[in-house]
Amino acid sequence: MGLKDLIGKFKGQKKLNIEKGEWIKCEKCKTLLYSEDLKKNLKICPHCGYNFRMTAKERVDSLLDEVFSYDLFPKIAPVDVINFKDTKKYKDRLKQAQEKTGLKDAMIIANGKIYDREVVLAVMDFRFMGGSMGSVVGAKFVRGAEFAIEKNIPFIAITASGGARMQESIISLMQMAKTSIAVDRMNKAGILYISVLTDPTMGGVSASFAFLGDIIIAEPESLIGFAGPRVIEQTIKQQLPEGFQRSEFLLEKGQIDMVVDRKHLKRTLYTLIKQTQG
Amino acid sequence: MSIDLDKELQSLGDSIFLLRQEIKKGKKELLPELVAKRKKFKELAKKKTQELTAWERVQLARHPKRPHTIDYIQNIFTDFVELHGDRKFGDDPAIIAGFAFFEGIPVAVIGHEKGKDTKEKIKRNFGMPHPEGYRKAIRIMKLAEKFKRPVFTFIDTPGAYPGIGAEERGQSQAIAESIMTMGSLKTPIIATVIGEGGSGGALALGVADRILMLENSIYSVISPEGCAAILFKSQEKAPEAAESLKITAEHLKELGVIDCIVPEPLGGAHLQPKKTYRLVKRALRKALREIINTPIEELVEKRQAKFYSMGRFTEV
Repeated sequence: MGLKDLIGKFKGQKKLNIEKGEWIKCEKCKTLLYSEDLKKNLKICPHCGYNFRMTAKERVDSLLDEVFSYDLFPKIAPVDVINFKDTKKYKDRLKQAQEKTGLKDAMIIANGKIYDREVVLAVMDFRFMGGSMGSVVGAKFVRGAEFAIEKNIPFIAITASGGARMQESIISLMQMAKTSIAVDRMNKAGILYISVLTDPTMGGVSASFAFLGDIIIAEPESLIGFAGPRVIEQTIKQQLPEGFQRSEFLLEKGQIDMVVDRKHLKRTLYTLIKQTQG
Repeated sequence: MSIDLDKELQSLGDSIFLLRQEIKKGKKELLPELVAKRKKFKELAKKKTQELTAWERVQLARHPKRPHTIDYIQNIFTDFVELHGDRKFGDDPAIIAGFAFFEGIPVAVIGHEKGKDTKEKIKRNFGMPHPEGYRKAIRIMKLAEKFKRPVFTFIDTPGAYPGIGAEERGQSQAIAESIMTMGSLKTPIIATVIGEGGSGGALALGVADRILMLENSIYSVISPEGCAAILFKSQEKAPEAAESLKITAEHLKELGVIDCIVPEPLGGAHLQPKKTYRLVKRALRKALREIINTPIEELVEKRQAKFYSMGRFTEV
């Protein structure tokens, strides 16, 4: 499954240890970069333009000029619904992810202003179990959407996810329905919903709220799709074409509105808000 | 294993059949033996059904002779008129859709179809839809809404098809839209998981007012094989993964994801299909009665509230 590839890739990135201020190698052009410089550059490689993954908090900081709240619903925390155990207990995996990220789960709902416009941001963090969607992501997305409806402000989701969280089994699948209903409610209430797809956006997240945006933006070169590339390769027994399931490919196929560089994302969002709201 | 269960029950069933023939011919002295064998048959089948592991149920859910959507359409509904195409790209035979009558009531029917023989299986892509299938489903759902007809869906898919064309034409978007459409469709919806409920491709037909599940069907976020490969690091651990994932009707009822378990004939739906159709028909009738008179706005509100309430977390 694609998730495995993604987690593998993520593990590789973990070694970079950006927080501690070290030298790291760009995944794409292999240039050595000083992590502090990279951070200042919105985690874009200054040499080749490769977009390193951002944490949820970094993303909020990169978009909001004024932060009212980094997380409107910080108390919502995961539980082991079905006592799931694979090679590790789900409970232990959760604990590990929480310690590693300082987050309770894979999404935060931030509230604040892009320039002078108030928005709600639903931001996923791939470091937390591959950004997988379980009950907490579903619940937070819904609360965030309802908050946007109540305050009549735009709702922006920034996705980074391998898909549904297997450890919550069928309950995680149902989050697809839950979040899609929340989008429908925003539609009925006339709320602008912009979906920003970042690397990666797959499976259950892709096939629910991620692809239901009024406007769908993708970061350059992000892997976006329903099935993981490896699953597809195994199924069709042939190699996938270069660039398949990447942002630029999706744009060409008419699946998204635009590919926007991280440096221009805030300005783009702001313009769209002004063009559609008030 | 289910195959053994089939064989053992089958041979018992055969001998019961032969005994009955003999008795009909006048050998009344065989009657006690018949009674005893019948009793044994029932006990054995019941015991085997109750003792089925999750993995055995997976085998039953995927059993090649298990009734499919087409069989339910032919045996439960009348005058089915199949409608084709998504009006955008093509027609996907992995999903069947159209209008029919259910006990005289006009309804829409939509379901995954895996196909029976090899040729048909290939034609129907083993029940794995492309985006066109979901877009056709959405089209028929909207027609049902327009004409105020209840929608019956039948879920039986390993999952949405993972292929190049499917991705190019927006598999994610098609599934998401189908889910969202069902979430607010202004007409009653009854979904029945008849075999395999494989992930998002199944849920795309599964957002309903009443969700039924056949006793030996499964419904899961990922196939046991897929889960085993990723989390257990070995496809051979699929039986274990099936157990861990809690994908049986009983578990899903406990978790509040489905409303009702439709009992199957002893040993599985494929052993007595006619009886299965009767049982499913009865369950559908009951489900329809429960919701048909609810004002539609209220029904949609309840549907949304039901899915909104799905999820377990703490908030301290």
